[in-house]
Amino acid sequence: MDVSQYLEIFIDETKEHLQNLNEHLLILEKEPDNENTINEIFRAAHSLKGMAGTMGFKRMQRLTHDMENVFSEVRAGNMKVSSGLVDVLFRGLDALENYLANILESADEGTEDNEDIINELNNILKSGVGGSTQAEGKVTVSEVASKVEAKAVEANDKYKFKHIKLDEHEINAIKKAKEMGLNVVGLTVYIQENCVLKGARAFMVNRTLEEHGDIIKLDPSAQDLEDEKYDYDYSAFVVTKDTPEVLAKNAMDVSEVKEVVADYYQLSEANQTPSVAVSSDTNAQSSKNQETSSLKAGKAPAAKPAAKPVVNRSVRVDIEKLDVLMNLVSELIIAKNGLISVSSETDIMLNSTFHEHIEYLERITTNLHESVMKTRMVPIESVVNRFPRMIRDLSKKLNKNMELYMTGEDTELDRTVIDEIGDPLMHLLRNAADHGLESNEERERLGKNPVGSIFLDAYQEGNNVVIEVRDDGAGINVEKVRNKAIERGTITADQAERMSDKEIIDFLFQPSFSTAEKVSDISGRGVGLDVVKTKIEALGGEIEAKTKLGEGTNFIIRLPLTLAIIQALMVIIGTEKYALPLGSIQTVENIPDTEIKKVQGKEVVNLRGSIIPIIHLNQVLDCEKSEDTDEGETKEHLVVIVKKGERFAGIIVDQLLGQQEIVIKSIGKYIKCPKLISGATILGNGEVALILDVNTLV
Amino acid sequence: MAAEEAKQYIIIKLGNDSYGIEIKYIESIIVMQRITRVPKSQPYFKGVINLRGEVVPVLSLRKRLGLEEAQDTPATRIIIVRPEEQAAPIGIIVDEVREVISLTGNDIDRLSYEDDRINFSLGIGKHESQLINILNITAMVETEKQN
Repeated sequence: MDVSQYLEIFIDETKEHLQNLNEHLLILEKEPDNENTINEIFRAAHSLKGMAGTMGFKRMQRLTHDMENVFSEVRAGNMKVSSGLVDVLFRGLDALENYLANILESADEGTEDNEDIINELNNILKSGVGGSTQAEGKVTVSEVASKVEAKAVEANDKYKFKHIKLDEHEINAIKKAKEMGLNVVGLTVYIQENCVLKGARAFMVNRTLEEHGDIIKLDPSAQDLEDEKYDYDYSAFVVTKDTPEVLAKNAMDVSEVKEVVADYYQLSEANQTPSVAVSSDTNAQSSKNQETSSLKAGKAPAAKPAAKPVVNRSVRVDIEKLDVLMNLVSELIIAKNGLISVSSETDIMLNSTFHEHIEYLERITTNLHESVMKTRMVPIESVVNRFPRMIRDLSKKLNKNMELYMTGEDTELDRTVIDEIGDPLMHLLRNAADHGLESNEERERLGKNPVGSIFLDAYQEGNNVVIEVRDDGAGINVEKVRNKAIERGTITADQAERMSDKEIIDFLFQPSFSTAEKVSDISGRGVGLDVVKTKIEALGGEIEAKTKLGEGTNFIIRLPLTLAIIQALMVIIGTEKYALPLGSIQTVENIPDTEIKKVQGKEVVNLRGSIIPIIHLNQVLDCEKSEDTDEGETKEHLVVIVKKGERFAGIIVDQLLGQQEIVIKSIGKYIKCPKLISGATILGNGEVALILDVNTLV
Repeated sequence: MAAEEAKQYIIIKLGNDSYGIEIKYIESIIVMQRITRVPKSQPYFKGVINLRGEVVPVLSLRKRLGLEEAQDTPATRIIIVRPEEQAAPIGIIVDEVREVISLTGNDIDRLSYEDDRINFSLGIGKHESQLINILNITAMVETEKQN
């Protein structure tokens, strides 16, 4: 058995703890006296240290240890929280994150010692407290030791190991060890009742013990411990050079260990009178249980302030399993569509029970799809919760005061989207902080609140999730962009005149188009918004910018709730079937030929007061003309009106086939196809139809 | 050269010419299917088909090699290949599938000259009296990098 199988747990938990530390440090900076926060920080740092230690990440352990020392001083009230202190602590967190990143990559923490941070931490400790860290450390050690001793007196029964019967060869081993002048230490380890993976915990404790000596017996056996076939305590016998106190202290450092009792083991105790020991063992068991529970009541709050929910009713599932499940649901829906198309073709339709069953099946598959989709949904919180910290750092770096306000962190998105959305959002926030907001002096001069505000709002809107990144800064100077576009030769001055502000702003999403006069290391290299746009579009979403000079800029991102199954309108263009996602369709209109006018060589239609450009899909797609359009001047056109943001377009199709739930399939990377084709789907009769992303036409 | 291991190839026909595809690439051989055209794709792609619930692109070997298109006949087949073990499948339309043969390295002559069409060739194999153009599947499905 090696430690690597716990690596994943370690990584997950470390991430959680680091995030926790980040959040609470931010709070601490604002409210230096918030006791809960300090306790929470201390707890997280302590668990982190223990975990890093058991996994053998020594550098990480050392750094957390020194950070913990600082936290402990703060908690004891010996030290004031200053901005400088928080800065160093944040740097420490960053260093820890780097370790974690290394571990993620190579299961190794790397070789960076971060000596400077450690030194700085120690300097702070020295100057802040006056006393030396060493003394402080010893106090805690001896405290623990004395606690252990005190408990030894009051609760001898907790030393379960004293009642364990040893085999002959184990007794021999103990005798031999004593002859060699080594200590035989018995321990009973109590794991917290809410521990999720107690097998792993026991393993970590044993590993710690093995650093100090050899484990000669485990009760229950190592295999049972690993299989979690034990209650919340187990005993171990260790041959070691160290004292029981040292072993107990080290074992306690493993997180989720409630208590460890240890003492020298005397052979006489259990094994010279084995029959008595067995019977007293069972007696002791019940009284012990009572005792531990009463002890727990007294001790638990001190060790772990009620921070974690006691029982978390959730299961960690590998994302791949969910993908498989989703694929199966997709196939089920295809099969269902097949049944429907068979039933509508044959006389079976006449049989009403068959029809009923089909409807029932349809309802189930829709619900099933929805449920599976929900299991894949993750609150956006997991992405955005690192932003407050980022804005704080930017604020320092740029020397601008700013605040980040976030709403709708609980808005949920598909896991695959969540994984990808972080970078684009970060980019937009950096942009807002760097270019969007004016300097403090400038803001004061303009009569604005000197502290700039950045807003991040997430909410659901129909089948989309909208994320807005907004600032109350200077806004985009449209004229400047216009001039830049002309300067770069993107458009002529003539064209520029005719273009709307909105069209001009869209230039910002083009590659290497930055209006920042100076390039900073935060943003402005011109590889910004186009990358953001590409990423968002790859996720099936879209982005637009709104701005008002002097009042701020708003970037609006729309993302689809799910990527796999959508409602679509099936249409026929020429001789081919296509699927148009229902989400972007506004209405379907019958428009007479005469209504379609030409303006500047482009066809438009005036629909209830708004001018909408007309797109002939059969031309865009090089379709063959279908017979009925061939045979002559159709008086009316079927026009599907699609909406993207605030813009509309009318798409001429030949025939409507109705609405259908379709499963999106990729058409693979071999075929190069226009952006307009976003994928393919398999229809009920087994035919493949292409899905048109009509948004690209608007 | 006893060390040269024999590899198995599937012999396919385009008109009178024989071509070989190494058997390790081949997943299955299916009869002609209804193909959905993909507008504005590379000209040699005929479109996509439904292969047991998956959408699989198919290309015309004739067009890919710059030959004349031929009418589909009952002998026309789509060979489903995977250029790499983990890669997505892709279909190749051929006029006819003949047989499976074994060739060792000695039976295959590397070509020394370069030609656009020959780029997809790994060499010419000799089997009985036939000359077989061994196709380079990986190169064939790769989208041209220059555009």
